[in-house]
Amino acid sequence: MSSVESDPIPFMLRRKGEPFPPREYAEIRQQGGLIRAMLPTGVAVWLVTRHEEVRAVLTDPRISSNPAHEGFPSPGRTGGVPSATEVPGWFVALDQPEHGRFRKALIPEFTVRRIREMRPAIQEIVDGCIDAMLARGDTADLVADFALSVPSLVISSLLGVPNVDRDFFESKTRVLVTISSTDEQRDDASRQILRYLTRLIAIKTKRPGDDLISKLVVTGIMSPQELSGVAMLLLIAGHETTANNIALGVVTLLANPQWIGDDRAVEELLRFYSVADMVALRVAVEDVEIAGQLVKAGEGIVPLVAAANHDGTVFDRPDEFDPSRSAQQHVAFGYGMHQCLGQNLVRVEMEIAYRSLFARIPTLEIAQPLQDLPFKYDGVLFGLHALPVRW
Amino acid sequence: MIRISVDTTRCIGAGQCVLTAPEVFDQDDNGFVTVIDPEQADGPPEEVARLRTASVICPSQSITLHED
Repeated sequence: MSSVESDPIPFMLRRKGEPFPPREYAEIRQQGGLIRAMLPTGVAVWLVTRHEEVRAVLTDPRISSNPAHEGFPSPGRTGGVPSATEVPGWFVALDQPEHGRFRKALIPEFTVRRIREMRPAIQEIVDGCIDAMLARGDTADLVADFALSVPSLVISSLLGVPNVDRDFFESKTRVLVTISSTDEQRDDASRQILRYLTRLIAIKTKRPGDDLISKLVVTGIMSPQELSGVAMLLLIAGHETTANNIALGVVTLLANPQWIGDDRAVEELLRFYSVADMVALRVAVEDVEIAGQLVKAGEGIVPLVAAANHDGTVFDRPDEFDPSRSAQQHVAFGYGMHQCLGQNLVRVEMEIAYRSLFARIPTLEIAQPLQDLPFKYDGVLFGLHALPVRW
Repeated sequence: MIRISVDTTRCIGAGQCVLTAPEVFDQDDNGFVTVIDPEQADGPPEEVARLRTASVICPSQSITLHED
């Protein structure tokens, strides 16, 4: 066990890189097991950068996802994740057994088979977004006009938001993911979405349909309040993350056109960018030893999934984009019982988005030099703020 | 011969085994793992490799392979 107490390294939210992952991650990973680091908030945490240890942290029952625990790390500027006591139904912030009640109720809606059944609806949404882009001219911001619209509409469809309300729903969810939104605008949009979802749940309770909310209402497993929290969580978890993957994938595939049309690119893109790099935050609730390092109860842990997904002991030539590799061991969706519930949906959205975009707009190109693109180096999620394209 | 056992009490229904080795794994109506054929004779190497991958990537570590 390590007994040397060294000074924590400063851990910045701003990620440098060309464009990703940051070189610093490789340096930290080579130093060994767990690294003491200081968040911008002035709180010391343990950084975990190796694949094996990220998986160990994310499966250890002595390590909690609940921000209500003393010492839970907050990345700062976002204010961190809410705890389940703040938003009922926010089950990513719950440990077992409470977490299991929500997860079990939702699993049937996200099975491989269920997602496959959603393909025609997703295709229709993607085609509609491409139609709208083509109708507007020969340039677009692929983030605003496509990458953000697709997942928002897919989640609307999944939840059972009626067609007439989709513009409202999209415009409010857009405020949440737009960098220029003020905190006030964001809070207001959040409140309006939650109010809308509460109303939607009341309607579905009276007249159930074939959507996720109706099915959950019928099971009676959650209270209406919890259900609106769950719906909000599905929206937040599936919107900007998916959009980032779609936009980064388009940039990468245009730079590596030999992989256009090869669905293996999806898994490799998920690994390569690991957009939700520092989302799986944890805190030890008991003393626990990881990679020979004692982590005391109450100490925060930051597993960096992008670092783990570029661990050369698991992935050969990790910094190369190579869809022919076996990328499946990646932890871009996390690992353990909190692993992304919507992962199979994201894969299908990415696959259909790339296929349809490149098939229908074969002359698609980026209208800005790569190095000038506004990458989200300073976000909790990695991605692109905008992606000017033309055809 | 590889024998496959799954722990449905651990399973979180992520479906990664179904994506990886659809000839071996499925999900029931509740989303939990089921094994189509728990006794796998030595198949082609790529099938065996997929089976191993499914076991390794399972997020709830619910899949055990017993190799005789």
